Amino acid sequence: MVTTGLSQLDVLEAESIHVMREVAAEFERPGLLFSGGKDSIVMLHLAQKAFWPARIPFPLVHVDTGHNFDEVLAFRDRRASELGARLVVAKVQDDIDAGRVREVPGGLRNPLQTTTLLRAIEEGRYDAVFGGARRDEEKARAKERFFSFRDAFGQWDPKNQRPELWNLYNGRHAPGEHIRVFPLSNWTELDVWRYIAREGIEVPAIYYAHEREVFERDGMLLGVTAHSLPRDGEVVTTRVVRYRTVGDASCTGAVASPASTPEEVVTEIAATRITERGATRADDRASEAAMEDRKKEGYF
Amino acid sequence: MSDLLRFATAGSVDDGKSTLIGRLLYDSKSVFSDQLASVERTSADRGDDYTNLALLTDGLRAEREQGITIDVAYRYFSTPVRSFIVADTPGHVQYTRNMVTGASTADLALVLVDARKGVLEQTRRHAALSALLRVPHLVLAVNKMDLVGFDQAVYDAIVAEFATVADDLRTRFGAHPEVTALPLAALPGDNVVHRSEAMPWYDGPALLEHLEQVSVERDHGEQRPARFPVQYVIRPMSTERPDYRGYAGTVASGTLRVGDEVVALPSGRRTTVAGIDTFDGALDAAVARQAVTVRLAEEMDVSRGDMLVAADSPPQAVTVLLATVCWMADAPLRAGSKVLLKHTTRTVKAIVTGLAERLDVTSLGSEPVDELRLNDIGRISLRTASPLAVDAYADDRTTGAFILLDEATGTTLGAGMVDGS
Repeated sequence: MVTTGLSQLDVLEAESIHVMREVAAEFERPGLLFSGGKDSIVMLHLAQKAFWPARIPFPLVHVDTGHNFDEVLAFRDRRASELGARLVVAKVQDDIDAGRVREVPGGLRNPLQTTTLLRAIEEGRYDAVFGGARRDEEKARAKERFFSFRDAFGQWDPKNQRPELWNLYNGRHAPGEHIRVFPLSNWTELDVWRYIAREGIEVPAIYYAHEREVFERDGMLLGVTAHSLPRDGEVVTTRVVRYRTVGDASCTGAVASPASTPEEVVTEIAATRITERGATRADDRASEAAMEDRKKEGYF
Repeated sequence: MSDLLRFATAGSVDDGKSTLIGRLLYDSKSVFSDQLASVERTSADRGDDYTNLALLTDGLRAEREQGITIDVAYRYFSTPVRSFIVADTPGHVQYTRNMVTGASTADLALVLVDARKGVLEQTRRHAALSALLRVPHLVLAVNKMDLVGFDQAVYDAIVAEFATVADDLRTRFGAHPEVTALPLAALPGDNVVHRSEAMPWYDGPALLEHLEQVSVERDHGEQRPARFPVQYVIRPMSTERPDYRGYAGTVASGTLRVGDEVVALPSGRRTTVAGIDTFDGALDAAVARQAVTVRLAEEMDVSRGDMLVAADSPPQAVTVLLATVCWMADAPLRAGSKVLLKHTTRTVKAIVTGLAERLDVTSLGSEPVDELRLNDIGRISLRTASPLAVDAYADDRTTGAFILLDEATGTTLGAGMVDGS
């Protein structure tokens, strides 16, 4: 008798690899959204496993808000070159300059990304786009499929989704339409960190405890950068912090944390009582359905 | 090392399902304070008398507005010994479609019964769909025991009544789900995470204990003959590996070992497994659910959609099949309908050659029909344009399953399970 002892991480890893191979086999032009954040780093690691010993058979695509952490951009470029992968960067600034989107008061660029993302998909003629979103992140995402259909306008219709059964995925679409693919659908934040620890995956240093000048806004700790400066009355202090999510620097908060290794992060997350988005994302606080509304328009 | 259990629940708003899931999440510390604060705020805004834990799972705007669940929601929680994926399937709209979807990947079905109402039509329906989808374990959770004074006689009567339902299912489907009954009260939390002191007559585990302990090791087909659908051919064409050719895929069932004799279907050619590769190193054997890359001893024409199978126990390669389908499209299915059929990694054209009968999942009876409508379940016959290597779904939940697609619109029309011969 064979005892398998597949752990939950083994099962999640195999499921993600299966999904990525389905896409490589069934689509003409996939692309993988890679921001240098931990979820997309794990997704890239899985892609490396899925196609080894061959190279990853699709390009990496980064939607660049222009409000990035320098460490993360450096990490992004180095990782792409190590893998011999092609990196396509689509800049929000280009859409602002061309007048396709307008800067919003406060300088938050997250909502502007949808236009840039859809332009990148159109220009790259991608018929499948891998995203690192997880169902545990957010309520609207909990309803996502592994293969999520997008119409010719990039829109998601949550009330009219294809049923997804067994491990049989439906990637049928017409020219101009595309499928968003979420290989990490069933992963939780804790799974991601356990996997980073198990596999020894490198992530940008800002995910671990470091000293940083921060100020408090809306209950979040924002780092002092060119894109997020303290307003009158906001006091800057130096604290030991780390980032739980890495997005637009102007709206991504840090958390006070002494965790400096993947194992310490796992311990910290296992005990935390606040979700990663609740702790660190100003953009999700806009309303109960902020994410759903953005996703319907074509957001990640 | 913790493992994974996938379970599906179903039911309507008033049987306490959302409260139970909320309890499991809350008591296992998987609900975060900001989520709870958001739910409390929304509950208060809506004027609910109590914090409505259903709002934890009902994420879409339309769901919140209408107070109903539209779609399967997936929830995640973990304990030190096991991680859980919960497919929470709604009881309102598209009941069958959602339940079948949630059950397709489930190791266990959680059937809730209100102790005051006993076994209802929806209890039978839920149990029948779980049996049809061959979910290996079933938990009958007799909820709201606090509202019947924690009376053992009430519980025993419901368990006895459900036993006859389970017997009927065994007779009808030949399915043998392992049934475990539990008395609980989700609102006060009796027997959910912690054992109840109010029911000294019950000496079994609390629900979460049972979910942690139930053995699913044998359910993934590791003891079955090997089946390996080829997903993708890996050819690096690099200077280090100019001649490498590997067949990437996920082991559907059984165990594939280096040196095993295998047959490639549908060609029927024999060869042996020369190597099993992964990024992390070569393996001697790969078991069901593992994603690997297989090298073969001889160079032969094998590509996506082919299946490598144990030479001593191959499946049938057929172009005619009988199957039970759950129809999920608005336009009805009729004899003569042309569809695409996706089975493992192979998609073929197919024509519906006949409709045998429609199954009534409540009475378990069946009647002849000339069409299947949205959310109907029925037996059909199909002819495919090229052969498929199928097992009976009763034997293999992976190589016995397929989906039907609309070639013109691309939508998923239905789910199918190959009948036994």
